[in-house]
Amino acid sequence: MTDEQGADSIAEGLADGMGGVEETAAAATTQLEAAADLETVAALERRLLNRSGPLAEAKSRIGALDPAERAAAGRRLNEARARIESAVAAARERLGAADDNDDRYAAERLDLTERLPRSTALSRGRIHPVTAARYRLEDVFVGMGYSVEEGPEVESAWYNFEALNIPDWHPARGSFDTIFVNLGEPEEVMLRSHTSPVQIRTMENREPPIYVVAPGRTFRTDTADATHLPAFNQIEGLAIDRDINLGDLAGTINTFVGALFGRDVETRLRPSYFPFTEPSAEFDISRPDGSWLELGGCGMVHPNVLRNCGIDPEEWQGFAFGFGIDRLAVMRHEIDDIREFVNNDVRFLSQF
Amino acid sequence: MKVLLSWLREFAPDIGDAADTDTISDVLTGLGLAVESVTVTGSPPDGVVVGKVLDLRQHPDADRIQLVEVDDGSGATLQVCCGAFNMAVGDLIPLARVGTVMPNGMEIASRKMRGQASEGMCCSEQELGLGADGEGIMILNDRLGDAGEHESGSVPVGAPLGEALGLTADVLWDLEVGANRPDALSVMGVARDMAAGLGVAFEPPDWSSSAAGSGTDLVAGLPVSVEIEDPSLCGRFMARLLRNVPQGPSPAWLAARLTALGMRPINCVVDISNYVMLELGQPSHAFDLERVAGARLGVRRARDGEIIKTLDGAERSLAAGDGVITDGDDSVISIAGVMGGASTEVSADTSEVLVEMAWWDPPSISRTAKRLNLSSEAATRFRRGADWGDNMVRCMNRFVHLASTLGAEAVPGVIDERGEVPRRDAVTVRVQRVNRLLGTGLSARQMAAHLRSIGFEADPLGDSESGGSDAGVAGADEVAGISSAVGAAGADEVAEAAEAVLKVIVPTWRWDTATETDVAEEVARLHGYENIARTVVTANEAGGLSPYQKDRRLVREVLVGAGFFEAQTMPFVAPEALAAAGLNSGAITLANPVDERESMLAPSLLPGQLRALAYNQRRFNRDVGLFEISHVYLDARDGELLPDEREHLAVAQSGAEAPAAVAVLDLLTEALSLPAVELRTAAPPGLHPHRSAEVAVAGRVRGVVGEIHPEVLEAAGIEGRVAWLQLDLQELLDGPRARRRYRPVSKFPPSRIDLAFVAAEKAASAQLERAMKTAAGKLLARVELFDVYRGPGVEQGWRGLTYQLQFQADDRTLTDAEVAEVRERCVAEVSKRTGARLRG
Repeated sequence: MTDEQGADSIAEGLADGMGGVEETAAAATTQLEAAADLETVAALERRLLNRSGPLAEAKSRIGALDPAERAAAGRRLNEARARIESAVAAARERLGAADDNDDRYAAERLDLTERLPRSTALSRGRIHPVTAARYRLEDVFVGMGYSVEEGPEVESAWYNFEALNIPDWHPARGSFDTIFVNLGEPEEVMLRSHTSPVQIRTMENREPPIYVVAPGRTFRTDTADATHLPAFNQIEGLAIDRDINLGDLAGTINTFVGALFGRDVETRLRPSYFPFTEPSAEFDISRPDGSWLELGGCGMVHPNVLRNCGIDPEEWQGFAFGFGIDRLAVMRHEIDDIREFVNNDVRFLSQF
Repeated sequence: MKVLLSWLREFAPDIGDAADTDTISDVLTGLGLAVESVTVTGSPPDGVVVGKVLDLRQHPDADRIQLVEVDDGSGATLQVCCGAFNMAVGDLIPLARVGTVMPNGMEIASRKMRGQASEGMCCSEQELGLGADGEGIMILNDRLGDAGEHESGSVPVGAPLGEALGLTADVLWDLEVGANRPDALSVMGVARDMAAGLGVAFEPPDWSSSAAGSGTDLVAGLPVSVEIEDPSLCGRFMARLLRNVPQGPSPAWLAARLTALGMRPINCVVDISNYVMLELGQPSHAFDLERVAGARLGVRRARDGEIIKTLDGAERSLAAGDGVITDGDDSVISIAGVMGGASTEVSADTSEVLVEMAWWDPPSISRTAKRLNLSSEAATRFRRGADWGDNMVRCMNRFVHLASTLGAEAVPGVIDERGEVPRRDAVTVRVQRVNRLLGTGLSARQMAAHLRSIGFEADPLGDSESGGSDAGVAGADEVAGISSAVGAAGADEVAEAAEAVLKVIVPTWRWDTATETDVAEEVARLHGYENIARTVVTANEAGGLSPYQKDRRLVREVLVGAGFFEAQTMPFVAPEALAAAGLNSGAITLANPVDERESMLAPSLLPGQLRALAYNQRRFNRDVGLFEISHVYLDARDGELLPDEREHLAVAQSGAEAPAAVAVLDLLTEALSLPAVELRTAAPPGLHPHRSAEVAVAGRVRGVVGEIHPEVLEAAGIEGRVAWLQLDLQELLDGPRARRRYRPVSKFPPSRIDLAFVAAEKAASAQLERAMKTAAGKLLARVELFDVYRGPGVEQGWRGLTYQLQFQADDRTLTDAEVAEVRERCVAEVSKRTGARLRG
């Protein structure tokens, strides 16, 4: 007898006033005991026990029986179901349960490398590599107790030059290659040529002690090429306190260079000239081959600069330093043409 | 500034012996004269020997190459392929052997040219770095004696070329000199520092004895007069008269030094002037005295509009304040300290040359040079501050000395007029103050020794030697009370005491050095920055980012998480690009733009983003999502000098429609807790008139959202649609935020119903949503549009909008009746406000 016929006969037996339920269960048990594989067991289980199967169907007809017979019929049905279920369990036991799970899950197999980007992929964008460099710098200085200040990109001659001890005739003015803006008197308003104006704004607005860094965009009349852009980014540091000295400046530079480039990178200061610091220095970092790479400028804030901001240079003193942010990103990622920073090709931007 | 070792040694004879080239370079860099390059000159490279041409043959397969058989002294005969044809058999030539590294960096290798072996290279002067002649091979016959000597073997074929020619190597340093070091724009100034750094003697030569008749008492005999009419312009004016000055080219040695230092030799007078300037730092100017009307020089400020034709042939219009030199007719014949005039230029007919040396007020020269955009070697030195002291006499003597050796005759007498020179009051330097600034523990004696090594006078105040000047020094000083405190102690103790003070007189060649801090810098420089102990200060406060800076980082994180790439664009924009972007072309302009077409500062991030999107599209990057946070520049507000500068956020997504931009706005609204964000119907400039809106936050417009105008996209060459969001980030982040207040999650099940409306196109979905929120009040937990339908069954100008509403109460399960009632209220309110009705 086929599985189907077996199930049908049970249904018939039930329909026939619940007669032959036990026989049907016995027949099913025999079939299950004879089943040669788990698929047969699963098929029998489905046909006999699922919601649209013969036992369920028979159960739905109990309501039509005489009330006196209902309880007995229900009990017989439950017994038959329990018998079949235990036969199914026994058959599974006999044929090995582990294989059963494997088969079931195998049917659900997915190829995880089958990926349809349009419909399923989540894509992440990127922050700009220069922003990433700026974050790294900000985080190092915040860790050293500095806060981050910002200022306008269009500045007056007072903030960009005069307050920084660079009067109009000063020979250093020309070296800033300033881009001027048609506002006010000629050369009175300009795109800031360095981040140093933020020093002045900070000292005007805050009482010492002051520990700040000022990252931001700066401008020079450089034609764009592989190593220049007319707009680029700098970071400026300023520390004003009672007894900050040149040794503190050297040590501070050494500390943040270590944090940025690794502890084995050495630093040196060598005398230089900036109108807004005195003594002034350039600072270099060591390359693996032992040579030096110039990173930026620094020095002790010039007493005239302090005075211009209403700070008494007899009471307070401090240092300032500045260097390029873009160049850090160029060095880190070995970028050979910095125009890529402003081309914004996503194939470039997605590499960081 | 370039300097030659041989020239430096004329001022400090021991420097070449005291240290090698690398050490000298380190010393110079350590003193603040950063070495940009070091070149060994005047000597051929190792490996170049005297060779003798034994045979010359045409290359069988190349017209322009001949095969040279050369005896290199080793006994073997080498074949060399050569492109020059100026040799004859028997000539002596420079032969670079295989392995020689030439001055240009090329290494000579053994190779084949069209099948013929070449075992070396025959060299020209230029190739060897020995001269300018690159036309043919350098023929050594004359320089090594006559041919007979070659034959007799007295000229060593195979000898190193440098040795054979008696050439000695020289070293050329190119130094970076700061604007505070006018003295270091001369060989002598560099030598002074170098001698101090190396600890050797600095001994400038004395040319006074050879400069006949230099006494000022002889001035009466000079047929010329000088008057300084404006003493604030000119601190000192010296002049001497020379006759029979040779007109031709300078001797080779002089020309060679000028060339080495980067100046072109012109003729004797000009070259001597330049030589003295490079050597001693003092520029000079030569007038043809016959062409100076009245044989009188005057010094004054120019009047507005005065005209002069300068040496370079240009007509220049002067402004009041420019310094000028005039003749007896009061006509301008020279722009003081910047450039001489053509009318009195020395020429072949000149019989009497008047040599002028002067000290000019640096700010005056600087302003004039800048205004005229006229830079000269002289102006470079004057604007930094030349030396008004004894050096000017030295320079005049040197000029006369050089001219005399070339045959000129110096007329006895020298003019030496004085105007106002900078005051050289003694600077009071507090030892403790300097140590506090530098982080050092130097004694007064140590500081004084450093300062004296470069020509500063430095004496401990109160020392017996300088005791007489105490009162004067203290009186001139800003620090009161020091002198009496010091005076109470004994002189020996003073030098090392905490209150120790140095009286420092700064030399006249350091114009811009005048304060205690200036002197402290000199002490630091000579002590050596590397000898200062490194310490680290820590702020006595917590650092950190401001709330604005933190939120700005959050904005970036949110956008990156949503798949957008951060772009950075240039803020420069062309007026046409602004117009093409649909923006008002009234933007702030630049006086000297880098690219003259891009003469404006962008008032919006739109032009920059358009450029970035177009760049990507041209490179086949489709569906690009970019964002940028940058400043925009708007017209200054009333009474303000600087522009109204704001930080904006722009988000652009190509291949996407307006709702994509709204979705980004929603994301930011949630991340930043923006309160009451609403879209207001508007047609912002540059955006699609029917697919854009203004973004209002808490009732204030903070930006725009939608799609870029199709015509703007077309003008930018961008295909497809571009979703666009631009927000005033500053206003947004500094503005009000919704408080995130905890509300218990309801324990009671929600009831969901769908409402399908037919609404006129003009009725915004947001209006319907607002109506439902008003009607349902707190019971409406969520409302979500889930279908928009246009098509059959809905008339033209209307569309179907289906919402799912979720009702929920915090304190009970809503009954069917309650849900039905609130549903009715929603429908009624929507209908009342928008005219929308339920779909049949």
